[in-house]
Amino acid sequence: MEAGTRDRSTMSKQSEAGSPEAGHGDDGLMPGPEARTRLRRWRRTKDWFAKGFVAMAGIGVIISLATIFVYLFSEVTPLFKGADLDEPISYEMPGFDQAETLYFATDRHNAVGVRYTSEGQAIYFQPESGEVLRTEMLDIPLGVAITSFATGEPRTGLAAFGLSDGTALVVQLEYEITYPDNQRQVTPRLRFPLGEEPIRVAEERIAVRNIAVQEGGRGYALITETTNGALTYARYEARRHFMTDEVELTRSMHALPTPPGEISSMLVDITLRNLVIGDQQGSLHYYDIHRPEQARLVDSTSVVEGVEGGVTAMEYLLGTVSIIVGGADGSLTQWFLVRDEDNVRRLTRIREFDRHPGAITHIFPEYARKGFIVGDESGHVGVHYGTSARTLAMEQVSDQPIRRVAVSPRNNSFLFTDAPDRLTFGRMTNPHPEISFGALWNRVWYEGRDRPEYVWQSSSATDEFEPKFSFVPLSVGTLKAAFYAMLFAMPLAIMGAIYTAYFMTPRLRGVVKPTIEIMEALPTVILGFLAGLWMAPFVENNLPAVFSILILMPVFMMAAAFLWTRVLPVTLRERVPPGWEAAILVPVVLVVGYVCVSASPWVEVALFDGDMRQWFTEQGIAYDQRNALVVGFAMGFAVIPTIFSIAEDAVFNVPKHLTQGSLALGATPWQTMVGVVLLTASPGIFSGVMIGFGRAVGETMIVLMATGNSPVVNFNIFEGMRTLSANIAVEMGEAARGGTHYRILFLAALVLFMATFVLNTIAEIVRQRLRRKYSSL
Amino acid sequence: MTNWFKSGTPWIWLNAGAVTLSMIMVIGLIGLIAVRGLGHFWPSDIAEITYLSEDGEERRLIGELSQSETMTAAAMRETGLEVPEDQEVVVRHLIKHGNRDLLPRDFAWYVAEQLRDWRYPENLVRLERREWGDFYGYVREVREGGVPVATGDAALQALVDLAPQSVRLMDEVARIDRYEIGGVNFRMEQIRLERRRVEMDERMSETAKAERYEELDAEMGSLQEEYNQLREQRQLKRDQAGNVSAVFEVMDGRMVEINFANLVRATAPNAMSTSEKIGEYFSRFWRFLSDYPREANTEGGIFPAIFGTVTMVMIMSIFVTPFGVLAAIYLREYAKQGPLTRAIRISVNNLAGVPSIVFGVFGLGFFVYFIGGNIDQVFYPEALPAPTFGTPGLIWVSLTLALLTLPVVIVSTEEGLARIPKTVREGSLALGATKAETLWRTVVPLASPAMMTGLILAVARAAGEVAPLMLVGVVKLAPNLPVDGQFPYVHLERSIMHLGFHIYDVGFQSPNVEAARPLVYATALVLVTIIIILNLTAIAIRNRLREKYKSESD
Repeated sequence: MEAGTRDRSTMSKQSEAGSPEAGHGDDGLMPGPEARTRLRRWRRTKDWFAKGFVAMAGIGVIISLATIFVYLFSEVTPLFKGADLDEPISYEMPGFDQAETLYFATDRHNAVGVRYTSEGQAIYFQPESGEVLRTEMLDIPLGVAITSFATGEPRTGLAAFGLSDGTALVVQLEYEITYPDNQRQVTPRLRFPLGEEPIRVAEERIAVRNIAVQEGGRGYALITETTNGALTYARYEARRHFMTDEVELTRSMHALPTPPGEISSMLVDITLRNLVIGDQQGSLHYYDIHRPEQARLVDSTSVVEGVEGGVTAMEYLLGTVSIIVGGADGSLTQWFLVRDEDNVRRLTRIREFDRHPGAITHIFPEYARKGFIVGDESGHVGVHYGTSARTLAMEQVSDQPIRRVAVSPRNNSFLFTDAPDRLTFGRMTNPHPEISFGALWNRVWYEGRDRPEYVWQSSSATDEFEPKFSFVPLSVGTLKAAFYAMLFAMPLAIMGAIYTAYFMTPRLRGVVKPTIEIMEALPTVILGFLAGLWMAPFVENNLPAVFSILILMPVFMMAAAFLWTRVLPVTLRERVPPGWEAAILVPVVLVVGYVCVSASPWVEVALFDGDMRQWFTEQGIAYDQRNALVVGFAMGFAVIPTIFSIAEDAVFNVPKHLTQGSLALGATPWQTMVGVVLLTASPGIFSGVMIGFGRAVGETMIVLMATGNSPVVNFNIFEGMRTLSANIAVEMGEAARGGTHYRILFLAALVLFMATFVLNTIAEIVRQRLRRKYSSL
Repeated sequence: MTNWFKSGTPWIWLNAGAVTLSMIMVIGLIGLIAVRGLGHFWPSDIAEITYLSEDGEERRLIGELSQSETMTAAAMRETGLEVPEDQEVVVRHLIKHGNRDLLPRDFAWYVAEQLRDWRYPENLVRLERREWGDFYGYVREVREGGVPVATGDAALQALVDLAPQSVRLMDEVARIDRYEIGGVNFRMEQIRLERRRVEMDERMSETAKAERYEELDAEMGSLQEEYNQLREQRQLKRDQAGNVSAVFEVMDGRMVEINFANLVRATAPNAMSTSEKIGEYFSRFWRFLSDYPREANTEGGIFPAIFGTVTMVMIMSIFVTPFGVLAAIYLREYAKQGPLTRAIRISVNNLAGVPSIVFGVFGLGFFVYFIGGNIDQVFYPEALPAPTFGTPGLIWVSLTLALLTLPVVIVSTEEGLARIPKTVREGSLALGATKAETLWRTVVPLASPAMMTGLILAVARAAGEVAPLMLVGVVKLAPNLPVDGQFPYVHLERSIMHLGFHIYDVGFQSPNVEAARPLVYATALVLVTIIIILNLTAIAIRNRLREKYKSESD
């Protein structure tokens, strides 16, 4: 029949390949020699082609896996790259006329830059070329000089000028964006939020030596120090008129106690509660100014020690919680207020950054992240980031000291000046500064926390939120879930596999094996939904039942065994051949389960004051409804079949002559099992456990649905967890493509990939060895 | 006793116990889903109950008993239920009152002791509504065009008689909305895109463009007309359906008028015989399978989810079958056993072991954003910045799943190939066939049942997978089916609904979990049934194959 098929196929091939001149040979059906050669060649080509095609599919498997790995890796690598500073362009300081530059910045589109001068000018220029677009003069009386200058947070555009006649002027820079002819046009404009009139803070002829300004949710704060040593707080409270929706400002003036040293700079935060003053001896002084009448110096800390010049630059990071202090020795440190044991908030050193080779001259914080850019005496510009303590770039851009630096609101360009008449503009890319190895795996001291911690909190509603990307809570959660699942699954699966492979009758085995396969095929979303919606409340309401089943089940199984093998009459026993023990135990399991559940409330009343959950809380054990116990059961259920199949396979395939030899020497079946079978099959069982563990580590839906997904760092069985995989499922939807959060989720996937890769590869190698061992036995 | 322990018998029994426990868990779980899922469709009786509160006040309750449980009094007090002082263990009932628009809560717990006098009056009806969920009450009067046509005892009969007609009309309205108006909208969108394409075409002359615009405008005009007609037709049917209404008395004595345009089904289960109930049961079950979801998926049917799942696995099969089968043939028939095959085997094992969510992440980044984004740039620039393929959709779900299920097909096919006796191959080769011919004409046909097994298992796996799908194209509510009557008929770029995701979404993301719960069980039952049937088929095919080649392979 096969020959016939082939014959027909050859015939059809021949007609395909045949050309008119091929003709038939002498004996009718046989094609001529030429046609046969051609046919043979055609068949060879097909054979060769098929081989190539099939091989491609084979290699395709490796390529698929490699593509996954390479792609994940390529999405992750940008996270660990530093910042790139492009070759900067220098040009003459826009509108240079001997006046000193107080400040410069650009708008978010790099369309307009602004420069404030000591003559009271605001010069708008084109950042790329330095071309002056417009100059605006501040209304400063003739003969009055600007003696001090400060800005609020860069994103507010707020700036304050302290004048020599005891007054201060506060301006706010705004960019108006219009689209005439579909072309973006950015128009800068100065506003006077506190009035166009300079604010008087001291008598005439007493100059304002130091100044600080800030806009908060409740109004504005303007702090001035004058040459007579007086520290004044002008507080503006904003009140929104309930009818007209207009903001009305009321001003109150307060004198503040003066710090011991000579003030070099002052900072107010956006809550308008904290004032930090740096002095020239290298100390910081923290004032609580929440109630200006009771303002007091809370704490003084020396931040730069043993160096002449002390603090040379100091700036708040976004959100005005952290202060970056630059020292004359080139050191950069981060400080913020932390409550100590006596419940006093003190300035605490949080972390330090890579030291610059020269004294820090200026620090400029980023607009929307916790990073900052720094210039120093030796002509270096450094880009650093707070949370991750990373130095993303440190380049010598000049042989002159850098006087001032600035970064654009979108962190895509920077400006610096190294001479009064020169300004330099450069593009930069710094997309992912938030992550470092330390920030992922070590304790990090986040803003507003009392100590370094492991925290995962990727997003929040406010702009000044510090994202917390610690993988420790997620990894601990993953291991915790996997651990409890294995605790439940391992004994059941391995014991079940041993029994099924070695003791069970083939008839029963024919039922058990497909059932286990069905168990493996059950979608995890169904297990997860049952765990979350049915089991979690059930366990919560029947806690005593859960524990009594765990304890009583094995006890009653043994009791049933004793009853069956020793107590019951032999005639009954002989009616059931060996290998049916599992079936005999069915009623035992059902009865024990039923009794435990229905007795549960009574046990609860008798032993736990009627509410076991409450009892746990009283013992100091936190209890969540969706907890690791539930996950352990549900995920254990999901991994039982995985371990079971592989372990059963290993036990079943132990060569028969080994066991028969053991039995022939007089060992009992159980002794043979422990002494011979288990020993031989143990690598297979191990490999099953590894694969089961890998499955538990990567399982998503069960954990997603059966836990509260709170990223806690503990192993309490009555609390939930958040695993790497569930975290990806929850957060991937809200992560912007290409952003840091998105890439960190890819990193989480890569970590999962690598972990399971290692587990699976080990298991596979162990299994291959075992196969070879069996075949040699 | 010591001897008994030494003999090992108790340990053997303990191992047997592990098997028993596992079996009972599997069967119990499937049984639980089956009972809960099937129970949802049974038209159970509606009870009128007298509730006696702690302070002696009596109230009338109407509703279905939804769940009962035994708890300790302490735990129950914790939940805010008032329990008589002297009791330690109490039974509580969850009563479904429905009437979400009238009552503060549609489900409420009551202590069993306080519920007296369970009665089942015949004129109590349950209405399934298009909005606000179920309604329970006594029918008092039926009106047509605002005029009472039946009151008292006749009202029930009138309700049962008149309801189906309105329901049918409203179904037609829904059909017009979904398919006909939806189709018109789709064509309008195509014209808009075509216009944009013409606008962007630089090679086209201005006059040609103007001509084309005119054509498109004319087409648009006729579509607009069609749309208006459909709307008119729709409104007519709606008015007709809404012409009938009924007045009901609810639990607290209020009279409520309900328009039949808001009706999906009206039943009076207390008045039904068992056979009527069985009929009603199947009709409800069918409606569940064939209807579209309502009220944020918590009511109605799961047809789009079933449809989406089936389309998805079919497209996935097109990708995974050739790839998996060829890879298996390579491993078994062509490759020399060595480092390369070992690497392939390790890859297959790892593909099987890599967590599914990782495939989802990969699919999102590589398929959706990278490949899909590039397809959009090249082929669909007129729709940008709105993505066509650069957004999660059917094709990406299928591709991701194909990758995920590849090992299943490979392993199963390999097993099938390994079982085919060497003699078959040798015979063919000896007759002069090339290797390729031997494969395609003898080996592959013999191994096709094994391939079928692999494919079935892959389909079962794909149908149950959820985690990666929610990243690459499965959504809670897809506006359109992925296959419809509009060219090109199969819309690979559309996002789809999926049974597994439906379970997750309804069970965990819906505002009213209690009301949605039966639906989740029913959906789970459908999914589990599909998967069990697929698996049993695969197991049966495989076992037959094993038997068949058992003698030959030795």
